[in-house]
Amino acid sequence: MEKITSYILPAITAAIIIFGLFKGIKVFDCFVAGASKGLKSAVKLLPPLMGLVLGVTMLRQSGALEVITKMLMPVAKFTGIPADVLPLTVLSPISGSGSLTMFEQILKNFGPDSLEGRIASIIMGSTETTFYAVTVYYGSVGIKKSGCTVPAALLADMTSFVVSAMTAAIF
Amino acid sequence: MINYIWASMIIFSVISAFFSGTASELSTAIISSASDAVSLCIRLGGTICLWGGLMEIAEQAGLTGAVCKLLSPFLKIIFPKMDMKGQTARAISMNVTANLLGLGNAATPLGLEAMRRLQDENPSKEKASRDMIKFVVLNSAAFHLIPTTVAAMRQDYGSKNPFDIMPASWISSACALTVGLTAAIIFIKLSEGVKWKK
Repeated sequence: MEKITSYILPAITAAIIIFGLFKGIKVFDCFVAGASKGLKSAVKLLPPLMGLVLGVTMLRQSGALEVITKMLMPVAKFTGIPADVLPLTVLSPISGSGSLTMFEQILKNFGPDSLEGRIASIIMGSTETTFYAVTVYYGSVGIKKSGCTVPAALLADMTSFVVSAMTAAIF
Repeated sequence: MINYIWASMIIFSVISAFFSGTASELSTAIISSASDAVSLCIRLGGTICLWGGLMEIAEQAGLTGAVCKLLSPFLKIIFPKMDMKGQTARAISMNVTANLLGLGNAATPLGLEAMRRLQDENPSKEKASRDMIKFVVLNSAAFHLIPTTVAAMRQDYGSKNPFDIMPASWISSACALTVGLTAAIIFIKLSEGVKWKK
């Protein structure tokens, strides 16, 4: 199975090119035309990303995340999320690289097949970095009023944490 | 909303640094975040170029239209008013496909393309449209059929069965998606019914 998944990306790339050739498309020219838009949008994304990265690194380095985790401890007991997985749930909506490091730590300390390891795996498989998505998606088109996006997306994240803790015990 | 969240992130960090004596770490963090953001941006720019190029070929070859047709019954539920043959629906279906296959790197650039199309249809250019809100929530719930990265890491740490979390992960994503979208729709209805001062 793990062999198959590493073929997904190469297979898609090849399939697109072969399909393009069949339809008589000048594939390289076409690729260049499409790719040329990329850098322009990246430049537009720098300012919002700069703001987000500043906020997230400050939260991580100042020890503020530990404070938040401690405050949430009673809530975690109520929902069945183990205390050692709780930091991951605090980090996962705000920092993708941070939650990957945290996930790795849980795998190392408890093992991937332990209850903690399984809950963490399910959480990592079913959530995305909400603040990053909101910043990048809205930033790229210049939307300033995100309306109810953040509360709705955070509710989705919380649902995923609680359900992950429940399903890990069942399956 | 974002303004207040961002401000509280920074203020809360400074207060906790004051109490836990991490002021010097915090100073380094402030400076290093500037260059971190630039390298993040360059990496993102690279993947946008890559997928922009591949998608241009797929679009011209009619592949994106075919994928969109396949996903349209599902997309119709979330975006009932959208034209399923249009460019927006096609861009959204490419982003959903990347998410389903667990290709996180591809999902963001393809999602940005979809946002551009959604913005073209958006009557007010500074305020997120309903479809945009639903689309961003859809992405933050991340429905992966194959959790590629997670399974690879589980295997690295010696899991006996790296993929056995898949059913649990589908249920968890499905619940998150349902709650997120329902909440978004309720919030949208509320804000349209009662005009809050902004």
